[in-house]
Amino acid sequence: MTPDGTRQDPASSPGRSSGAGQTLAEKILARASGKASVAPGQIVVGQVDLAMAHEQGAQAILPFHQMGAERVWDPERVVIAIDHWVPASTEGAATLHQMLRHFAKEQHLPHFYDIGRHGICHQILAENGWVVPGDLAVGTDSHTNMLGAMGAFAVGIGPTEYAAVLATGKIWLKVPPTLRLRADGHLRKGVYAKDLILCLLGEVKVTGATYKAVEFEGSTLDALSMPERFTLCNMTTEMGAKAGMVAPDGQTFRYLEGIAKHPMHPVAPDRDARYEREVHVNVDDLEPQVACPYSPDHVRPLADVAREHVRIDQAFLGSCTNARMEDLREAAAIFRGEKVASGVRFIVSPASTRIYQECLKEGLVELFTEGGAVFTNSSCSACFGGNMGLLSPTEVCASSSNRNFPGRMGAKEAQIYLMSPAAVALSAIRGEIADPREVL
Amino acid sequence: MERTVKGRVWCVGDDLDTDQLIAGKYLTIIDPEQLKRHVLENVEPRFSREAQAGDLLIGGINFGCGSSREHAPAALKAIGLGAVVADSFARIFFRNAINLGLPAVEAPGVRALFQPGDQGEVDLEGGTVVNRTRGGSVRFEPFPRHLQEILEAGGLVEKVRRELHPGAPGAAP
Repeated sequence: MTPDGTRQDPASSPGRSSGAGQTLAEKILARASGKASVAPGQIVVGQVDLAMAHEQGAQAILPFHQMGAERVWDPERVVIAIDHWVPASTEGAATLHQMLRHFAKEQHLPHFYDIGRHGICHQILAENGWVVPGDLAVGTDSHTNMLGAMGAFAVGIGPTEYAAVLATGKIWLKVPPTLRLRADGHLRKGVYAKDLILCLLGEVKVTGATYKAVEFEGSTLDALSMPERFTLCNMTTEMGAKAGMVAPDGQTFRYLEGIAKHPMHPVAPDRDARYEREVHVNVDDLEPQVACPYSPDHVRPLADVAREHVRIDQAFLGSCTNARMEDLREAAAIFRGEKVASGVRFIVSPASTRIYQECLKEGLVELFTEGGAVFTNSSCSACFGGNMGLLSPTEVCASSSNRNFPGRMGAKEAQIYLMSPAAVALSAIRGEIADPREVL
Repeated sequence: MERTVKGRVWCVGDDLDTDQLIAGKYLTIIDPEQLKRHVLENVEPRFSREAQAGDLLIGGINFGCGSSREHAPAALKAIGLGAVVADSFARIFFRNAINLGLPAVEAPGVRALFQPGDQGEVDLEGGTVVNRTRGGSVRFEPFPRHLQEILEAGGLVEKVRRELHPGAPGAAP
């Protein structure tokens, strides 16, 4: 919990034999694999600090036993948080949940966020301090990248690999080259971290960071809150990135104060670290952005799309990308006293039960539902097209989530536009895609 | 791991994501034998009915982007594909496929080499993909040692089993 811890860690001190500086990703992977330094392309076996699973963890149980493993390597480092089907909406989902409950009991896993204390797995990790600076964290969800905002290397893996981590506490990783995304300047009113990451996605595209680590930095980043950094790191997944990271600073340490679940090993990138590519944006003139169907990198200025009067059938304020308290407050500020447009559904799904409770206390549940929104239980909700809020072939959705591939929210023809929570709220009111700056 | 795999070629385009490989509504299915009926159903409905063991799925860039769902390579493996070969892969799909023992071969330029229905041949150790119908080939970098070991064991389960129980008899099929 030392704000100046970035200067205390041995891994950030000079004098490595390679003579070249190390990126954040390289330092974390060096520590995890017990080496003084590592280089891109090198395959290392890293000790995992935190292993998270959601429902996909159920698929790890059979391979775990097939591997001949008897006990999970360290129950204190395992978190299970069910989030996709909460409560179970199909028999299949009920079975997955049951399998996880049995496994957690059999293996004496104390950190099981079952229905009642649930939330989106990444939010559960964040708000409970499960990932801390310097960690190597893995999760069975592709958006595990979000936790890189803690100054950690957080990476999504599949269930068979998760089984191997449960059995051994270790994972092989190819050290990725790092793409540095630098943002300077101040975001204007009505422009959010979501607009910044969409802008960057439009720049580097969906394959721009494949197999790479993304490191964010710059004066814009210094000013962003942790929830905003979560949004940025979350969508590095859409760039193909293995991990998205922000070096820890005062914000990080304040956020984790009193909640960090294990010791930190904060590291900062060296000034002479080697980056494969650097992208620099100045956000002073950044406008609100929207990702149009059917790819998160089909990014256009939101004002241009708004001028085309794109009618919507559904607005979705939710997902691990943008359903934190700050997001819901931004949307509520626009929605206050308003009504959902005729013929439109507005689905609001907070990212965790804790956020749900805060919404109750702040009157947001009342505010949204009085205006005709559906305020749901906390879960992944409509984001992934497998539980609720699905779209028919001809429908259009304005969404604060992260993906708009064909079939992501139901029918393969359905159209999803990705935008900030404020833009989703105004779109719900107008019944068409709208630019929040018009009312701010 | 077979040194060479050959079979009928199925083709898909760039950025084929995991939602298109297996839609979100099927994610509560775990049994690969059930999953395989739904693989690519919105993209190439004939695939799940007609693909045979040993066939090759040829993709463009960023094959398997999107979610971490292992359902996608699990369904392809259940069909018995010899390999998935693409210009490039998204990283979680690539890892999942290798971990299940399904060769995911990154061979830049491979998509342009094939038309659906061609016969293809992949030499996994030599690092070549050949079009046996029209001629032409592309080269690729063979798997690094660590990945070869996983594929040779038939997947990560068997590899870890051998590591945890070095004295235990018999390798799984």
